Amino acid sequence: MKTERNGHVYIVCALVVLEFYRLLPLTVLSGNGGSLMRFFLRKTMETESSVTGGYRRRFTGFLRKCMFSVLSMGPVPNHIAFIMDGNRRYAKKRNLQLGEGHRAGFASLMWILGYCYELGVKYVTIYAFSIDNFKRRPNEVQVLMDLMLEKIDELLKEESLVRQYGIQLYFIGNLKLLSDNVREAVERAMEITAKNNKLVLLICVPYTSTDEILHAVEESCQDKLDHSQAVKQTNGSTDHCNQTSQEDHEHDIKVVDIEKRMYMAAAPDLDILIRSSGETRLSNFLLYQSDKCQLYSPAALWPELGLWHFVWAVLSYQRSYSYFEKKRKQL
Amino acid sequence: MVGTDTSRRSYIGIARMSSLAIHLLWLLIHLVISIFFFVLKIANVLESYLISSGFLKKYESINVGKLRYLAVVVDSEDALQINKVIKLVQWLADIGVKHVCLYDNEGILKKSKDIILKNLSCVKLFEEGDEQSLRGKKTMSLEFASQSDGKEALAKAANLLLKKHLKLRSLGENQEEKIFTEAHMTEALRAVGSGGPEPDLLLVYGPVRCHLGFPAWRLRYTEIVHMGPLKSLKYGSLLKAIYKFTLVRQNYGK
Repeated sequence: MKTERNGHVYIVCALVVLEFYRLLPLTVLSGNGGSLMRFFLRKTMETESSVTGGYRRRFTGFLRKCMFSVLSMGPVPNHIAFIMDGNRRYAKKRNLQLGEGHRAGFASLMWILGYCYELGVKYVTIYAFSIDNFKRRPNEVQVLMDLMLEKIDELLKEESLVRQYGIQLYFIGNLKLLSDNVREAVERAMEITAKNNKLVLLICVPYTSTDEILHAVEESCQDKLDHSQAVKQTNGSTDHCNQTSQEDHEHDIKVVDIEKRMYMAAAPDLDILIRSSGETRLSNFLLYQSDKCQLYSPAALWPELGLWHFVWAVLSYQRSYSYFEKKRKQL
Repeated sequence: MVGTDTSRRSYIGIARMSSLAIHLLWLLIHLVISIFFFVLKIANVLESYLISSGFLKKYESINVGKLRYLAVVVDSEDALQINKVIKLVQWLADIGVKHVCLYDNEGILKKSKDIILKNLSCVKLFEEGDEQSLRGKKTMSLEFASQSDGKEALAKAANLLLKKHLKLRSLGENQEEKIFTEAHMTEALRAVGSGGPEPDLLLVYGPVRCHLGFPAWRLRYTEIVHMGPLKSLKYGSLLKAIYKFTLVRQNYGK
């Protein structure tokens, strides 16, 4: 009898521990529910014009800077990428109109960019629009393109974060697929911010990893052709047959040639890749570059992603830093 | 002079103390996190014990049909534990998965291909066309991949495409758009021996959640799940990962 009761006690304890571990991440990290810490920090996102609001903002900003100075005692990631997933689900949850979820997502992006700048992250890449997203309804695509134009204009104004922090904008992807007015705005933005050097924001639009790899392969082939044309011109056309077979082997395309021609060659190695909304796939984003980087998928939707998710991502990166350094040295 | 000297020295002293204090705080935070992960590990062990004993009913009948192709990435140091790898593959075959790809960055699993296959029942080496030929049968097809099937295979495929492009150019046609397409790239990868299907689910057995260089061309919409180090391999966690996969719904960008 006694052993049976002991057995029941053990099972009850096990179930209690399971519930504990199931709930603990939700209270600390979730975008939903009322975590006290989240409330204290996110409250500042709502507009408060009162004097006390200003003091509270300054106090939470001070606390945040203290937190970041503690974090910077360990290795700080140099390049973080974000898949901004969950805007439409957020809009549906709050009964918002088409495009409002993406506006909330943009506000979230500005906060995250601020945290990256304060911590000392130098490169931030965001997955703004996939080539697959062109399959969506035309009016939805148009809303997104209009929002992009509006936000690019906003970012280039004097009082924006881009000017304040000295952010360089870099648009990555098959820009030929964009409509003319968007492409012109994009090129103008890159030109205006070219001299900024505090933080580089790489905006992937419209982008897929397979398209990037294909483009890099095509460019490398073109490079090899141009190179062999130039060599033939300088050497003349004597011993043409012998030279071609030797040249073939020497002038084979190598991995470094392809990597040189990737859109993402402008950025260093990726350190962390964060996808919001809890999905565990990469959806054709940075598949080639994420071979030695930490993948993190918090359950929060993108507009709900906050400081604590960011801090947790950096802490996880610090825990696995020595492992990745070892892997990089093995190359 | 003496006054400024002492105040400067005390300032340096205070700065050093506060830097030390911040460093200690950082160490403390990481210690707390390590304790949290340790507790989580115990809970995971308990949960996988409950799953494999059949206490949790929802894991009893899993619709494995949805999982057409599964890939397993093993950290190269963990890959030396061949008996664990064999156990894992046998479990997958028993669950009913039809096609599995084993990947490790340095190719240790590829070198141990024969030992692994010898110790498994109802498992054969992957060949093109296995999806049709193994339908309805109990056999599982097993593929081995390594770094040479990733970035290096892309370079080899690029060379194939370059040769095709040169050939067409010598015939006087300018066919750039027709050669450099995703379909041709897939075909070129198959021709160089690195063209397997795209996995639906990727299980990572290693200390960190990272795909460690699994062929990028095949990872587009793959769900990537971290299972922990290979030494803590558990049947219950495997079932849970496959069950969670069957609940996922993808939009593919739409």
